[in-house]
Amino acid sequence: MSKYLKSLTIALTASCLAAPVMAEKLGLGRAALPAEIAAWDWDINAKGDGLPVGSGDALDGEEIFAEKCAACHGDFAEGIDNWPKLAGGADTLDHEDPLKTVGSYWPHLTTAYDYIKRSMPYGNAGTLSDDEVYAIVAYILYSNDLIEDDYVLSDENFMDFEMPNADGFIVDDRAEAEYAIWSGEPCMTDCKDSVAITMRALVLDVTPELDTNAGATEASASAAPEAAPEPEAPAIDMELAAAGEKVFKKCKSCHQVGEKAKNRSGPVLNGVVGAAAGSVEGFKYSKALRDAAQDGLIWSEAELTAFLAKPKAYLKGTKMSFAGLRKEADQAAVIEYLKTFE
Amino acid sequence: MSTYDVKKPSRRAFLSGAAAVGAGVVTSSAARAQTADPLIVESQDWAQSFGDGVDATPYGLPIEYEGDVIRRNVEWLTADTVSSINFTPIHALDGTITPQGCAFERHHSGAIDLKKSDYRLMINGLVDTPLVFTYEDLERFPRENHVYFCECAANTGMEWAGAQLNGAQFTHGMIHNMEYTGVPLRLLLQEAGYDTAGKWVFVEGADASSNGRSIPMEKALDDVLVAFKANGEALRKEHGYPVRLVVPGWEGNMWVKWIRRIEVTNEPVESREETSKYTDTLEDGTSRKWTWAMDAKSVVTSPSPQAPITHGKGPLVITGLAWSGNGAITRVDVSRDGGKTWETARLAKPGEKMALTRFYLDVDWDGSEMLLQSRAMDETGYVQPTKAQLREVRGLNSIYHNNCIQTWWVRENGEAENVEVS
Repeated sequence: MSKYLKSLTIALTASCLAAPVMAEKLGLGRAALPAEIAAWDWDINAKGDGLPVGSGDALDGEEIFAEKCAACHGDFAEGIDNWPKLAGGADTLDHEDPLKTVGSYWPHLTTAYDYIKRSMPYGNAGTLSDDEVYAIVAYILYSNDLIEDDYVLSDENFMDFEMPNADGFIVDDRAEAEYAIWSGEPCMTDCKDSVAITMRALVLDVTPELDTNAGATEASASAAPEAAPEPEAPAIDMELAAAGEKVFKKCKSCHQVGEKAKNRSGPVLNGVVGAAAGSVEGFKYSKALRDAAQDGLIWSEAELTAFLAKPKAYLKGTKMSFAGLRKEADQAAVIEYLKTFE
Repeated sequence: MSTYDVKKPSRRAFLSGAAAVGAGVVTSSAARAQTADPLIVESQDWAQSFGDGVDATPYGLPIEYEGDVIRRNVEWLTADTVSSINFTPIHALDGTITPQGCAFERHHSGAIDLKKSDYRLMINGLVDTPLVFTYEDLERFPRENHVYFCECAANTGMEWAGAQLNGAQFTHGMIHNMEYTGVPLRLLLQEAGYDTAGKWVFVEGADASSNGRSIPMEKALDDVLVAFKANGEALRKEHGYPVRLVVPGWEGNMWVKWIRRIEVTNEPVESREETSKYTDTLEDGTSRKWTWAMDAKSVVTSPSPQAPITHGKGPLVITGLAWSGNGAITRVDVSRDGGKTWETARLAKPGEKMALTRFYLDVDWDGSEMLLQSRAMDETGYVQPTKAQLREVRGLNSIYHNNCIQTWWVRENGEAENVEVS
């Protein structure tokens, strides 16, 4: 094919590939109602547009935080296990392992309000009142030693607050800082005198073991002993169970119950009362719990009560990051509630 | 080298292929057979009786022998699987299109169950008429087909600190490449009558995390798609069924899944996902924000730690993937000696903008050690940097956007390991 013909073909192909052009509106969709926009349009930008009227202080925030946030983020916003740490890390950003928290890293306080209001608590998103969010944000600031505990944060003074790392960001400058040095004809031969291995992945050894029976689920359940013989089905105290349903809100971000329940960060709890420990199919238990299951642990009411009171003390190494139910009445109520799920 | 002695090589038993090679170089080859191959001279069941009928699998899955070609998770990376990531088995795939069933997943509040009939997309903010679309409405707009890669900004992030995870799946598997069918976002914005002075669109998903991100209007009007099909079929639940955003060449976090709202604004929101996360901290403690484009990058997918050489010396296909968020891949070079000398690889097809490109280097392997590397170049002239070059500019704490040249140490027995070289 001559050069001329080839370019003609390309030109023709290109015209056939043109993107759709829409000269006029198609009249698709319908007008969004104000109530619909209000129901979804919650975002708050860095200028504070969208901040609702309200207020809260760290003292109130501490209580809300303990109930709704501390299971993951810790009582002092210090973060449990791999969950995000919200406090600390001041002046660490240029260190080897910077600790990036709301206090040490986030440039805008509005981001905290926006995110907590729309996406928290984890597993129960969008359920906090505007005042509760102000109180939680105040508590996080307090945990970062940025305000006193009685400082009342509100829509009126929110934008006055300057975050410690507000000036710590620059807009992407890779094009100026990098592209010029990483371009052009690269070296093809004799590019360096010698090559030595300086680090090996096998030394660190952090790669997950691959299951050769691919697709097979973890066989943790097989190690669990048979469930104890069904005890006489005790009558359920429905009033106590109803109280337990309220207590269970603290458990809901990790545990599900009922017909459609699925394993989350905690196992499904249907039928847990009286069942053999570690027996929910498909859930990956901690080694501590698998060991206890192997030793024949049955979740009797007494064992469950002890576990729920102080999970980490009862079972060292448990994955359950929950601090525990301090009140005996709460322990009993939640167990009664769990009994209602077979 | 003695300081790098491996204490527990037996733990790597998962490299079943490598283990077989370790027992002695396999020289089996039909051409050299001295005795007749029973698979040929003896009658086999499958050649005599029936296989499955047509309705055995109304929607087919890979045959059981491919059961290890699956997404994998690195548990210690995250606290909980509903806010986590897994990795595409790129070491076991070829070509460029990623099958949906093994394409990596990233969720912030889990993959939600959202029916087409329950789906609504709202466009509001600086528009003449705020609109609500149903799924059916979207299917009535003119639509386009494009192949694009989607790479998580944190892909290869573990490598900032050094060679860590042993496998291309884990070092480079936060990527997939699909053919999307969708409506240009531009058309939806036109339908609502967007204010041409609006500088940004804020996009959010229907899941509990909402994962809101701000996208500059210029990009929104350019090539962003509101997509509902991938590789010809409906999106999978884990990739945002029924509708997700496709933001070509830009970090995966912006490809909002289950997209439910697009707001035209004058200001970026500066949401959590664009301030506390997906910002890149430099050595002096300042951080880059709005680092949207994924720079040119490549990796050898085979041989690699999970895909060792099992056939001994002789003809060997070295292959891998290259991509750039700034345009098409124009060239990939491969080094077998840790970067001293380079050979230009063969591209399976000319590079396409913001899509994966497959490269091959067909060699006659003499059975000696190799330090395999690949280096991508894109149409802007950008050359994929070494780890040392990246660290010199950015330090070690950037987490995101690590597009360094990767090294696999291939041993005489065909096993490979993730290493770093001088």
